[in-house]
Amino acid sequence: MILKPRLEDVKIIGYYLGKVILGLALTMLIPIIIGLAFGEVNPVLDFLISLEIALAFGLILTKLCYIEKDLNWMQGMIVVSLSWLVAMLLGAIPLYLSGHWNSYLDACFDAMSGFATTGLVLVQNLDYLSYAHNFWRHLIMFIGGQGIIIIALSFFVKGSSGAFKMYVGEARDEKILPNVIHTSRFIWLVSIVYLILGTLALGIAGFLNGMKPINAIFHGACIFMAAFDTGGFAPQSQNILYYHSLPYEIITISIMILGALNFRLHYHIWMGNRKEILKNIETVTLFITIMITFCITAIGLTQTGIYPKALMLFRKGFYQLISGHTGTGYQTIYPTQFINEWNQLSLVGVICAMALGGAVCSTTGAIKMLRIGVIFKALIEDIKRIILPERAIVVQRFHHIKEVFLEDKQARAALLITLAYLVLYGLGAIVGMFFGHPFLSALFESTSAAANVGLSCGVTNINMPAALKITYIFQMWAGRLEFMSIFTLLGFIVAVIRGK
Amino acid sequence: MNKLIAHSSKLKVKTKNLKFFVLSFSFACLLQAGVLLFAPCTSYAQPISSTDLINNAKFYEAKTLVYQGEVIGDVMVRSNYAWINVNDGASAIGIWVSTSLAKEIAYTGSYKSRGDVVEITGVFHRACPEHGGDLDIHAQAMRKIGAGRIIQEKLNTGKKNFAIVLLGILGFVWILTLLKRR
Repeated sequence: MILKPRLEDVKIIGYYLGKVILGLALTMLIPIIIGLAFGEVNPVLDFLISLEIALAFGLILTKLCYIEKDLNWMQGMIVVSLSWLVAMLLGAIPLYLSGHWNSYLDACFDAMSGFATTGLVLVQNLDYLSYAHNFWRHLIMFIGGQGIIIIALSFFVKGSSGAFKMYVGEARDEKILPNVIHTSRFIWLVSIVYLILGTLALGIAGFLNGMKPINAIFHGACIFMAAFDTGGFAPQSQNILYYHSLPYEIITISIMILGALNFRLHYHIWMGNRKEILKNIETVTLFITIMITFCITAIGLTQTGIYPKALMLFRKGFYQLISGHTGTGYQTIYPTQFINEWNQLSLVGVICAMALGGAVCSTTGAIKMLRIGVIFKALIEDIKRIILPERAIVVQRFHHIKEVFLEDKQARAALLITLAYLVLYGLGAIVGMFFGHPFLSALFESTSAAANVGLSCGVTNINMPAALKITYIFQMWAGRLEFMSIFTLLGFIVAVIRGK
Repeated sequence: MNKLIAHSSKLKVKTKNLKFFVLSFSFACLLQAGVLLFAPCTSYAQPISSTDLINNAKFYEAKTLVYQGEVIGDVMVRSNYAWINVNDGASAIGIWVSTSLAKEIAYTGSYKSRGDVVEITGVFHRACPEHGGDLDIHAQAMRKIGAGRIIQEKLNTGKKNFAIVLLGILGFVWILTLLKRR
């Protein structure tokens, strides 16, 4: 028998959701400051309106649902899944008001793409977008990459066991420090330090490339936020191709790789344990999969003969591949070039890279390296069991911060999430094919959306059907939260309808 | 008799003229056919859109063509040359242009300005070997066909009024929450 949720459940969910909305509302102050600094009147009004709407909703929810009780697992998961939907709806308001998006659905698409750090876009005339709106596009990637809940945990939620439930619900199953609030603050510390360094590096590179100093710094900050959070938005419509610069590409590759590493690994590197990077199962797996997928892509591109020089292969082949593997989605080629100029083998290499992703507890999406490593270890264990005598005790272990003995439940969990991702990639591809796209294009775009990558082969455009836009929004949302909180929300809805 | 000779000589002249006309016409036709057959392979007089260039990049590879659009973003000077990005309304394409030509650009497109509209004549590369495989055009000539300008931003009164009304509602909600707390 399914139990109908009590009013208390709804109040707790509403109260914490209100807090998350208040946190999100305050972040809108940043683009307001940017707009005022650049003298952009109407964009400031767009953000003022959005801020007022968000504050009003947040205040109403926190006061109407005020309750002094901690979250349980179900409530925590539902708060997370709803927070991301509400963030999309509220974050899309200033975008839509700018007039650069054809419809509110298009603005929602870009807002979800930003929060989920995907990078697919439906914006129009991006080259004429205000500084305030452009900064907001990149800021939502920064917020989404760290985690919307992380903001609330860092500033608005006092230490409680409920905080941990929300933290886990946002697809972060590893605590860096014993206290989840301290973990959230550490994630912010790492991100802010890298933000300053990354912005300086990109700003200097931009300035040396011939950009105006103010633009060099602005672009540097935006590109850093989107690269470190493996997002893929850029201030100009040509994405990274706009800069025509090898140093810029090398710096963004470094930032993308930093973003794809586990925050726990960052912590150990910061604490002086640098050897961890060489031993960790995630970094080892990442290195191997990058090499394999790049080999596939490079062979494919060599067959086409489009990039005969090594530097060309690096700047086009390797750049798109590492961008896809880290889940960023930065491009130095035009979307339709994937289909028109690359062959099927090279596309398969990039699709595989996108499907695999980066490390757990990082800002990337997709299956992730720890799961791939665990599945591979489990496979080795099973092969050993077959080969070795029956009486032999087969033990498999791996290094992830510490030595870990592989258990069946770890392999099962890794396989289940991997299966869920594969189904999500496949379903999106089927919907794409339903709307007339060829198999490889549909699979490419679907994998890019569900793995929160953002590379596009041209399927994503303003003329695509609303149903396909909604499908990709769902894929970005489900892919970012790694299913569990979404399954819980679906269960909650069923309980509300059919519960007794 | 004299009349007959005169007539025959006139006829000869006419025939000669006709032969000359036929030969000239045939030569002109051949020349025209030659132009039609071979000219498209080397150069284009009409501007080509960015969509056409990107989607048919292989066809236009290494050909001299004309492209026009608005200069957007920054003029990025790299010693004797500069990168400019020119948007024709659909996409922007990178143009590698000499600094002497780039100096002519006074405005570039952004939120606060409309950029100069330029017509570029240059060689198209789908994967430029000189620039790491970029899809670009190496400009041979550039002509400014439209001047850019600064845009004066006008306050949207509808948005302003809406923001004031919302501020009132927000204040009301805030007072209500304070009352509820008491």
